[in-house]
Amino acid sequence: MSATPSRVLIVEDEESILLSLEFLLGKEGYTVNTARDGALALRELQTQPPDLVLLDVMLPLIDGFELCRLIRENPELHATRIMLLTARGREAEIARGMALGADAYLTKPFSTRDLMDKVRGLLSGNGTRQPAS
Amino acid sequence: MIGPTLKGQRLVALFLLGCLLFNFPLLALFAGNARIWGIPLIYFYIFAAWIAIIALMALIIERKDR
Amino acid sequence: MLSGALIVVLSFAYVGMLFAIAYYGDKRADAGRSIIANPYIYTLSLAVYCTSWTFYGSVGRAATSGIGFLPIYLGPTLMAALWWYVLLKMIRISKANRITSIADFIASRYGKSHVLGGLVTIIAVLGIVPYIALQLKAISVSFSTMLQYPNAVASTASLPFLQDNTFYIAMLLAAFTILFGTRHLDATERHEGLVAAIAFESIVKLVAFIAVGVFVTYGMFDGFGDVFAKAAAVPELNALLIQGGAAGNYTTWASLTVLSMLAIILLPRQFQVAVVENVNERHLNKAIWLFPLYLFAINIFVLPIALGGLMHFPAGSVDADTFVLTLPMSEQKTWLALLAFVGGLSAATGMVIVETIALSTMVCNDLVMPILLRWKFLRLTESRDLSGLLLGIRRSAIVVVLVLGYGYFYLAGEAYALVSIGLISFTAVAQFAPAMIGGLFWKGGTRLGALCGLSAGFLVWLYSLLLPSFAKSGWLPITFLTEGIMGFDLLKPQQLFGLDGLDDISHCLFWSMIVNVGCYVGFSLWRQPTAAEHSQANLFVDVFRHVAPGSGSRFWRGSATVADLQTLLSRFIGPERANEAFAAYARSQGIPGIEQVTANAVLVHYVESQIAGAIGSASARDMVASVVVEEPLALDEVMAIIDEASQALAYSRQLEQKSRELEAATNELRGANQRLQELDRLKDDFISTVTHELRTPLTSIRAFSEILSDNPQLESEQRSKFLGIITRESERLTRLINQVLDLAKLESGAADWHPSEVDMREVLDDAVAALSQIYKERHITLDTRVPEYLPLVMADRDRITQVMLNLLSNAANFCDKENSRVSVALIAEFAVLRVEITDNGIGISAADQTVIFEKFRQVSDMSSGKPRGSGLGLAISREIIQHFGGRLWVESTPGTGAKFSFTLPLPRNNANFLAA
Repeated sequence: MSATPSRVLIVEDEESILLSLEFLLGKEGYTVNTARDGALALRELQTQPPDLVLLDVMLPLIDGFELCRLIRENPELHATRIMLLTARGREAEIARGMALGADAYLTKPFSTRDLMDKVRGLLSGNGTRQPAS
Repeated sequence: MIGPTLKGQRLVALFLLGCLLFNFPLLALFAGNARIWGIPLIYFYIFAAWIAIIALMALIIERKDR
Repeated sequence: MLSGALIVVLSFAYVGMLFAIAYYGDKRADAGRSIIANPYIYTLSLAVYCTSWTFYGSVGRAATSGIGFLPIYLGPTLMAALWWYVLLKMIRISKANRITSIADFIASRYGKSHVLGGLVTIIAVLGIVPYIALQLKAISVSFSTMLQYPNAVASTASLPFLQDNTFYIAMLLAAFTILFGTRHLDATERHEGLVAAIAFESIVKLVAFIAVGVFVTYGMFDGFGDVFAKAAAVPELNALLIQGGAAGNYTTWASLTVLSMLAIILLPRQFQVAVVENVNERHLNKAIWLFPLYLFAINIFVLPIALGGLMHFPAGSVDADTFVLTLPMSEQKTWLALLAFVGGLSAATGMVIVETIALSTMVCNDLVMPILLRWKFLRLTESRDLSGLLLGIRRSAIVVVLVLGYGYFYLAGEAYALVSIGLISFTAVAQFAPAMIGGLFWKGGTRLGALCGLSAGFLVWLYSLLLPSFAKSGWLPITFLTEGIMGFDLLKPQQLFGLDGLDDISHCLFWSMIVNVGCYVGFSLWRQPTAAEHSQANLFVDVFRHVAPGSGSRFWRGSATVADLQTLLSRFIGPERANEAFAAYARSQGIPGIEQVTANAVLVHYVESQIAGAIGSASARDMVASVVVEEPLALDEVMAIIDEASQALAYSRQLEQKSRELEAATNELRGANQRLQELDRLKDDFISTVTHELRTPLTSIRAFSEILSDNPQLESEQRSKFLGIITRESERLTRLINQVLDLAKLESGAADWHPSEVDMREVLDDAVAALSQIYKERHITLDTRVPEYLPLVMADRDRITQVMLNLLSNAANFCDKENSRVSVALIAEFAVLRVEITDNGIGISAADQTVIFEKFRQVSDMSSGKPRGSGLGLAISREIIQHFGGRLWVESTPGTGAKFSFTLPLPRNNANFLAA
């Protein structure tokens, strides 16, 4: 665990899921910010660049893919890791997300242990571009 | 060139007119003792009608329709 | 009295000039610079109509019958107006089928019949040869008049023919005709030099006649008025003027008009110049009025000359037919008399030349060749080159026709049979009219009809006109006329069946036309036309519809070799010309050389038409058939081909229609396909959406379950909060599953319905009771407006309650947070019961108003986060309402709330369902 806790931004429009993610990551000691739609997420990204973004694909206003592309286009955010959360689980969707520059993905519903393993991996710097598990 | 063109119809009408002019009831009308410039009426009538029909034919044929 | 030598020299010099002109014309034609290719020469050549019968005879006729000579020229004037339809058609047909004579024309029209061609030729020869004799007589009389004036004229016919200048003139004309009429065999059979000479003759005779007329009218008298005024003073002449003369009989007038109308298109010489020698059918246009003008001009002075002669010479001392010559001579105007003599000579020779060539073509093509070709022992069909033989026959025919003409003149002399032959000839050729004109415009005419009509008309003509003229000449007992044949009164040739009061020409014209037309029409309708007749009928009658050359080949099917066809053609027109013809064919077909020509129907037809020019259409058909293996076309096949043309149009319309239908079908299919794809996509979307909707609550449930299990030391407050979420999400999951199943059942029609009489007030009460807790919690005011009497509806109570609940909870979810108000109204209308549920929320945009009824389509509400509900409620509600025949819709103005309404139909007889 580093001196300065890693920043994590959770972008999720489903209240209960957001709540669970917030609890899990907060308990682990990360600094957690939340956003309920793409526009709010964009504002959070600009004010406080996070180390990791947990990104729901189906979002109001700006969807997860678009947000993913915007993050990757922004040079200030080159160090930011992205993990996609998708409820549809379509191969094509996953491929598209990875192509847009996501570092990992997780299909809902997920195991909390898997989630935390991936988050830790991404934040320790050796978990980039994990293959699908 | 052929067909029920206006020109053709005019010529047919002229033919019918000629048949009328050069036949019994009308001819009888001019068979009198009268003279025009010393010429007996019947001769004058036939030749006048004749040249008139020829003139109409020429008019129909030579006129440029549009 | 003039020197005989001068007149003879002048005559022969004049004919010599014709040779020169014709020679020049042919030279120019060979050089490709035609001098006759203009409408004026064409018109002048048509004036071959005016023979010596006009030049001398008109005056003679006017002297006895006043205006009686005029119908002969008024008829053609009237006919000229119809040339646009009649003559043009004849020209077009003749050019397309290489028809070179009227006999060929009629034979070709009725299925290329040898018999018909032969019959027409015989009638023409019988009718025309005496007419040629009349011309020779006119030449002879004019000779003797010039030589013997002022002594009474004695006919030269009494001289031995070797001392008769007329005989030499006739032989000279034969030489001329042979030289310029049969220079070579050619498919077109046009003779430019000859036409040039004829046109020149027309100028000469017009100028000569007008010169005499002007001299008489203005030299001997003081203008027209003076001539008529002086004539009026003589009682006999006055009668001629006033009543229109002895022939002031209007029936005669009318029949002469009709006769001359027919003659102008049916006389062989007229057919020759107007049709065969026609260079360009556009020349006809100008000729339509120029030719009548020529006739008018040559007739202006007829009466003054006639009257002048009658007044100048003591009654009966000079034949009126010679006034044109004798008037100038009596005034010592020798040169004018010579000019008139040359004019008369030109009128006679022009007619003789053209008529002879026309007759010789007919005799050769329609009489001699068919017979020769039929005589197998001559082996003509195997002969190498027939062009020499053909020319020989043509030339012999010319000589024979002229010798016959001279012979008739020599024997008949002054006989009535010769003097009256002009109109007798006209009546003979008028017999062609039904077959000819009928054949041009009526497809139904058949070979049998034409044959019977022609024969019957010809026999009537023979019996009622030609034989009586023989009797009047003393060649037959006169009792034939007065008592009829074998004493049968009704068969008196000129009062047939007792028909009296008509002149002999009108009488003959009447009876001959009755039987001719009657037989033609009657026998044509007797039975179906054969295939050959039918195809020819179509080619002729519809000539303007068929595209130019080769169109005849539509009616032909068979096989031949190019070599055979070329050999065949060279046999008739010579190898050199055959080669040229093939080269021309290749060019016309866009083929580089003769070697590449292939034998097909078009080529066969081309060859046949080329040969037809030389030997006539009927024989040409036989000849071509000898080298071509022809598959006979049955009538129904010909009919099919003809129908094809008319059906082509209909087909193309049908095709258009079909293609439009096809296009429409394609569009429909494309549309259906698109809808299917859309449905497929919707199904995918649905499944994907359902998956998403199921996974979302599952995600929370699993996450919190694991959190609870991994963190047993959680505070109880947090613990119960997390457990609450799990419970709520489980409920959501259950609800969703139920709704998906519900909707699936509704959509597939597998849902169970329990219809009963439903009181909507009870439904509303139930729904309000079920939701009262939520409304109370959210402080929502609920107004209900229910009438005292409300009809019952037929519906499933549970389902309708489900709809009511869905709409009321939606209203609760979307209504304004602060001053929440929802109102419900039940309204009985005429045929439906309407339920309105109104909220005061943010409303729904127009675009979303239809979308919200689709599955999983929810209107996102940003201010309040994601709306609650599965997104299936409205879709299910609409299914239910529609099942009972009602409607569910929404009206909304964004910002002021939304009003959801649904209707349920009322039973017909409301009274039975009125709830208390």
